[in-house]
Amino acid sequence: MILLFYIAGAVAIISTVCVILQSNITHALIYLILSLLAVAVVFYVLGATFAAVLEAIVYAGAIMVLFLFVIMMLNLGKRSEDQERSWSGVKVWVAPSVMAAILLAQLLNVLSQYEYDLIPKEVSVLEVSALLFGPYVLAVELASILLLAGLVSAYHLAKK
Amino acid sequence: MQSIPIEHGLILAGILFVLGLLGVMTRRNIVFVLMSLEVMLNAGGLAFIVASSRWGHADGQVMFLMILTLAAAEVAVGLGLIIQVYRRFHTVDINVLSQMKG
Repeated sequence: MILLFYIAGAVAIISTVCVILQSNITHALIYLILSLLAVAVVFYVLGATFAAVLEAIVYAGAIMVLFLFVIMMLNLGKRSEDQERSWSGVKVWVAPSVMAAILLAQLLNVLSQYEYDLIPKEVSVLEVSALLFGPYVLAVELASILLLAGLVSAYHLAKK
Repeated sequence: MQSIPIEHGLILAGILFVLGLLGVMTRRNIVFVLMSLEVMLNAGGLAFIVASSRWGHADGQVMFLMILTLAAAEVAVGLGLIIQVYRRFHTVDINVLSQMKG
């Protein structure tokens, strides 16, 4: 199980790197789905089975299908791939990479002070739903309003 | 069962977040920017799950559900905007879109 955590983590990192380096948009999307599924495996190893299932169904399933649908509608084709390649020279990558590396170094510096061990313990759906319909019920209602607002605005924006 | 050091989980979340940030900063195609934003949101959710697993509480999973809802709503609105922008300007280059006047 512990080995699975590190393998899935490595797969997630490598496929995310492929997402941001890829010039073909459909291939990038497939790599993103791979990355999300790897993160779902990490969730499973950590004992969050409900979150792992939701990650696979909602993220890798629904949201990515939405992306694929829009990419099909835009129909960018070969021309955009060449354009994408001309946009991503080495010069573009230097400054953002340096800044991102500094941020990551700070993060690692802070995290290296912790010495907690994590023993994966399964948190059941029962506990999650007891919280969802107990203390967090207002947050659930707000989330439903947010989804409704998203639905209405997406309908309005995509209308001809 | 063997234990995983908590910092390894948080470092994984941090690396994924920074990679998403790098994508947002470097890419000019607006669809790629939205995909990188998804990576960043997902990394935030991973950090919540790691923390909830450390203390054996379900609260982290509830927060992950909220992030999932937020991501779904954000993607729906963002993709609707992308379709509208592509219809008007026939491009997905954010540098062209920066010249918009309100």
